Amino acid sequence: MLKEYSYEETAVQTFDDKMPLAMRTENMQVFYGNNHALFDANLAFPKNQITALIGASGSGKSTYLRSLNRMNDGIATVTGRIWYHGVNVNEPGVNIYEIRRHIGMVFQRPNPFAKSIRENIVYALRANGIKKKDELAKRVEQSLKGAALWDEVKDNLDKSALSLSGGQQQRLCIARSIAMAPDVLLLDEPCSALDPISTVKVEETLLELQKKYTIIIVTHNMQQASRISSQCAFFHLGHIMEYAPTGTMFSNPQIPVTQDYISGSFG
Amino acid sequence: MNAKRMDLIATIVIDLIVASVVGILFFLLAYILSAGLPHVSWSFLTGATDAFSGAGGIGVQLFNSFYLLVLTMLISVPISLGAGIYLAEYAKDNWRTSLIRSAIEVLSSLPSVVVGLFGFLLFVVKFKIGFSVISGAIALTFFNLPLLTRNIEESLSAVSRSQREAGLSLGLSKWKTELGIILPVALPGIVTGIVLSAGRVFGEAAALIYTAGQSAPVTNFADWNPMDPASPLNPFRPAETLAVHIWKVNTEGLASNAAALSAAASAVLIIAVLLFNLGARLLGSYLYRRVTASK
Repeated sequence: MLKEYSYEETAVQTFDDKMPLAMRTENMQVFYGNNHALFDANLAFPKNQITALIGASGSGKSTYLRSLNRMNDGIATVTGRIWYHGVNVNEPGVNIYEIRRHIGMVFQRPNPFAKSIRENIVYALRANGIKKKDELAKRVEQSLKGAALWDEVKDNLDKSALSLSGGQQQRLCIARSIAMAPDVLLLDEPCSALDPISTVKVEETLLELQKKYTIIIVTHNMQQASRISSQCAFFHLGHIMEYAPTGTMFSNPQIPVTQDYISGSFG
Repeated sequence: MNAKRMDLIATIVIDLIVASVVGILFFLLAYILSAGLPHVSWSFLTGATDAFSGAGGIGVQLFNSFYLLVLTMLISVPISLGAGIYLAEYAKDNWRTSLIRSAIEVLSSLPSVVVGLFGFLLFVVKFKIGFSVISGAIALTFFNLPLLTRNIEESLSAVSRSQREAGLSLGLSKWKTELGIILPVALPGIVTGIVLSAGRVFGEAAALIYTAGQSAPVTNFADWNPMDPASPLNPFRPAETLAVHIWKVNTEGLASNAAALSAAASAVLIIAVLLFNLGARLLGSYLYRRVTASK
């Protein structure tokens, strides 16, 4: 039986003005029809850091993540404000396509296009008006290097992306996202379909990528959160219960629900 | 009875059922081909028909069948592509969509002879187009649209949702995602469906008797101006197709060798339809390898 915890008792950190932030949500609520799935989400994400969102299944962490780049449009109703570079991107008039180019996303299951490795990366670039061959080639190389995939595929760029292993496919998806030169990268349990060795490779890639991008990653693997993230937010049944630097969160959780989750009492 | 024995009996019964289905098909094919092929010759395939008795070659009819098929596909593929994309991607799940779906279902269950009569009354009589290739092509479009639309919708829906999310997450518009990412993946299935429906259209007779007509005026194959009355490409000339020809030779043919003529024409028709089926498979797998870059 799951214990009842008070949603009044939360420990969510805030940052002072000196901390540069990549984005921030204010009073975000998410509804699936009449089902209130996420309550009052107030989180701020420091620039060039990895923030992990942890919590049990159904805690609302993926729902939260998908709302950040408006991928929940047409699926759920999202209210509240999402601040990105001083703009509330949760307004109806905002160009969502533009937003998604700045806030990239990698999904749980690797979903490369059924095209060649090169086409996977250049397709969206071309659709956004980059036509020059050398510029495209440069972006392909840079993004594949960024995703630590270049050495494995550089001789086979015209091979089908579907012939790659699961881990390679996931790194290709990361490469595809960073080729758009985003500024925030959202990852929704990117390693849950991967084996341990591929997971290590993806984690190393992310640690490298945080120098250039702000990364927000959903994971239900607590070891993964502690290995790679600097900040960590704990979600419970649609509420953000605790948000703290990762070290503090795992060594000294502030409230009972986090303590129980981290010690493995549920989830 | 123990489980193992039960399993064995079930397997044998299922095998027998499959064998009988395959057997019937092979028997039919062997019968039609052996009855017809001996009478097929180059002059039969290319020669002209005697308008009075129905004797002679099937050159014009063979051409008419292909021409009608091309025209039908030119009209029906774009329409059903649009309808299929709409139903698979844009239609909301409401009463209007289910109305559209039932309309398509009703259209697909209309007997082809009724479609033919409708075409006759509307195009041939009311619009005064007369028995013509174009009347036939429009009638066949009615007959073809529902299946083609359904096929395209299913091929598109079979593409994983995660592909759409990938496109949208890169800032591509829904339409661009549809056109550049979903459609290529669905293309092999769509093309297979188009070629298979081409086989059906090629063999259709009932819908054409009253629309494309039952006469195959001798055309001048040196004249490719579609505006000329004698040109084979003129869409306003009557055009008896191969399937209609078989029906006509059998019912009102006056030629002394009517039975042999229709058997030979049937063999040609069957071979053409088989080629469409084979072509559908080859083209489908070729396209799949092309678009997915898996060589």
